[in-house]
Amino acid sequence: MKILVCISKTPDTTAKIAFTENNTKFATDGVQWIINPYDEWYALVKAIELKEKDPSTVIHLITVGGADAEPIIRKALALGGDEAIRVNTDSSDSFTIASQIAAVAKEGGYDLVFTGKETIDYNGSAIGGMVAELLDLPYVSLATKFELNGTTATINREIEGGEEVAEAGLPLVISCQKGMAEQRIPNMKGIMGARTKPLKVVEPVQVEALTKIVSFELPPAKAGVKLVPADQPEELVRLLHEEAKLF
Amino acid sequence: MSVLVYIDQADGHIKKSSFEAASYAAKVAGQTGTTAEAIVLGKVSDDLTSLGRYGISKVHHVADDQLNTMDSKLYTNAIVQAVESTGAEIVVLSHNVNGKAIAPRLSARLKAGMVPGAVSLPDTSAGFVVKKGVFSGKAFANISLQTSKKIISLTPNAFTPVQQEGTAEVVPFNATIVAPAVKVTATNKVKGEVPLSEAELVISGGRGLKGPENWGMIEELAHLLGAATACSRAVADAHWRPHHEHVGQTGGSIAPNLYFAVGISGAIQHLAGVNRSKVIVVINKDPEAPFFKAADYGIVGDAFEVMPKIIDAVKKLKGV
Ligand SMILES: Cc1cc2nc3c(=O)[nH]c(=O)nc-3n(C[C@H](O)[C@H](O)[C@H](O)COP(=O)(O)OP(=O)(O)OC[C@H]3O[C@@H](n4cnc5c(N)ncnc54)[C@H](O)[C@@H]3O)c2cc1C
Ligand SMILES: Nc1ncnc2c1ncn2[C@@H]1O[C@H](COP(=O)(O)O)[C@@H](O)[C@H]1O
Repeated sequence: MKILVCISKTPDTTAKIAFTENNTKFATDGVQWIINPYDEWYALVKAIELKEKDPSTVIHLITVGGADAEPIIRKALALGGDEAIRVNTDSSDSFTIASQIAAVAKEGGYDLVFTGKETIDYNGSAIGGMVAELLDLPYVSLATKFELNGTTATINREIEGGEEVAEAGLPLVISCQKGMAEQRIPNMKGIMGARTKPLKVVEPVQVEALTKIVSFELPPAKAGVKLVPADQPEELVRLLHEEAKLF
Repeated sequence: MSVLVYIDQADGHIKKSSFEAASYAAKVAGQTGTTAEAIVLGKVSDDLTSLGRYGISKVHHVADDQLNTMDSKLYTNAIVQAVESTGAEIVVLSHNVNGKAIAPRLSARLKAGMVPGAVSLPDTSAGFVVKKGVFSGKAFANISLQTSKKIISLTPNAFTPVQQEGTAEVVPFNATIVAPAVKVTATNKVKGEVPLSEAELVISGGRGLKGPENWGMIEELAHLLGAATACSRAVADAHWRPHHEHVGQTGGSIAPNLYFAVGISGAIQHLAGVNRSKVIVVINKDPEAPFFKAADYGIVGDAFEVMPKIIDAVKKLKGV
C-alpha cells in the first residue's frame, strides 16, 4: 500500500502575529516554523501506525513550498516516512497548492492521501477536498479514527454534536484531526535516518490561481476586562443579563 | 445569474448555520442585483417554504434517498447540476462540518475561487473581496476572488440572520445521482446536548477544576442557560472530558456569543480557538492568568466558591 501525507509549514503556535508592507505580508522576523500540528500529530502518525501494522506500506511525504520548507519536511521524515517530495513553488492559493499535490498523487498511484484538518495559519480546510475532486476520489473530512481491513476503510468523522462512522473502499482522501493518533516525539535513530532519506524536488505544474490575499488585519483591541469582586458573583450574572444581554 | 445557497440538514432538520447562510446569500444577491435560490439534498421534515423568511425565492429539492447521508462527491455532483441549471455565479455554504467537505470540491470542480470561513459580506467596491479569519482567530485576511464563479463558505455564528416576510417556492430538482462511495454505517450523537459548533453560549472548564468529578457545576450552568460545554486540551488529554469538547488551536474553533471559561489559564493555543467569541468571561483564582487579557468580564476567585453562587443567581433570574 502507498500513502501520501501532505505536510505544510506553519508558524509556531506561539508566534507573534504581525504584518508588514502595508499589511500585505506576514512578518516572519523571529518566527519559528513548525510542521502544521494536524499534519504531524494526526496525518503523519496515522500513516506511520498503518505502516507498523503492515510493513510493506510505503509512505511518501509531500510539501508544496520553497527551499525554506526543507527543514520542516526533514523533521517530518525523522518521525517516519520513506521519502519526501517538495514541489518547488510558493503560493497562498489553495487551488494552486491542491493542483500540485493532485499532480504528484496521480503520478504516484497512492491508495491513501492524508492531509491535516486545516493549516493553523490559513485555516482553509480546503486542500483535501480539492485534491479529492481533482483526482475524482471519495473524500472524508475531519476524520477522528481510521481503520483498514484489507481494502475497506472504516472512518469516524466529526459531525455536529457527535460522530459518524462510514465505510469506503480505497483509494481515498482523508483529512485528519484529533483522535486519529497520538503525538510522537522523533527519536535519535529517526533523526539520523532522516538525513539520508530521499528528498525529491519537482517543478510545479502550471495552474492559474483562483484567489489572492489582498491584505491582512488584526482584530480590534479589546476594551479591557471588567472585574467583578469574588464575593459578588451575582453581579456578574446581572451584567451578563442586563449589559451584555446574553440571556 | 442567481446566488445559490446549499442548505445543510441533519436528520431532516435544517441546521441553524444554514439559516445564516441563506440570509447571507440573500444579502449577497441584493448586493449583486439578483435573487437567492437554495438547494436542499435528501429527505427533510422541515417546511422548506419557510426559507422565504430568510430571503430565499426558490428552493430546489433533490429528495433522493441516497442523499440522506453526506457523501462529498455525491453532494458536489448534485450541487454542480443545480449551479448549471440555475446559472448561479455565487454559491454560499456554511463552513460547518459538511461545508468543509463540499465547498473545496465545488471550488476545484467549477474552477471557482473560494473563501473558506468568511466572516463578512463581500466588498464589491473594487473586485470581489471577502474577509476570513486566519492564524486561528488571531487575524483576518481579505481574499480577492478572481474568477467569475465564486464559492463562499460562511463561518457559523459570524452573521446574524435577518428574518422577513415571505415564502419560498419549492420545486423538485432531478439531479443524476450515482451510488455513494462513502457509506455511513452509524451515527453516534450525544442526546439532548447542544452541538458545540452551533452553540451561542458555551461554558468551558480547564485543569483548574481538578478532576472530572467536579464538572457538575459546568454542566449545571450550561443546562440552565441552554449552553454547550467545552474544555481545554489539557482536560481532554487527561480524559476528563471527551475529545470533541476540546477547543483551541488543535481542537474546535468556535465563535459563540458567550465563552465562559472556568479554571482555564488562557494559553495562546487555547485562545486561538475561542478568541472570536463575542463576550468572554473568565473565572480564575490567579489574577495573572493570561486569559484575563482577552476577557470582557472576569472574577479573580476560586471556582469552587464562585460557581455555586453564579448558578444560584442564574436560577433566581430564570425563576427555577
Ligand atoms: C502545539 C500546541 C497546541 C496546543 N493546542 C491547544 C488547544 O487546542 N487547546 C488548548 O486548550 N490547549 C492547547 N495547547 C496546550 C496549552 O498550551 C495549555 O497547556 C492548555 O491550554 C492548558 O490547559 P488549562 O488552562 O486547562 O490548564 P492549566 O494551564 O493548568 O491552567 C489551569 C488554570 O486554572 C486556574 N485554577 C486552578 N485552580 C483554580 C480554582 N480553584 N479556581 C479557579 N481557577 C483555578 C489556574 O490559575 C490556571 O490558570 C497546545 C499546546 C501546544 C504546544
Ligand atoms: N503547501 C502545502 N504543502 C503540502 N500540503 C499542504 C500545504 N498546504 C496545506 N496542505 C495540507 O492541506 C491541509 C489543509 O490545509 P488548508 O486547506 O490550508 O487548511 C493541511 O493540513 C496539509 O495537510
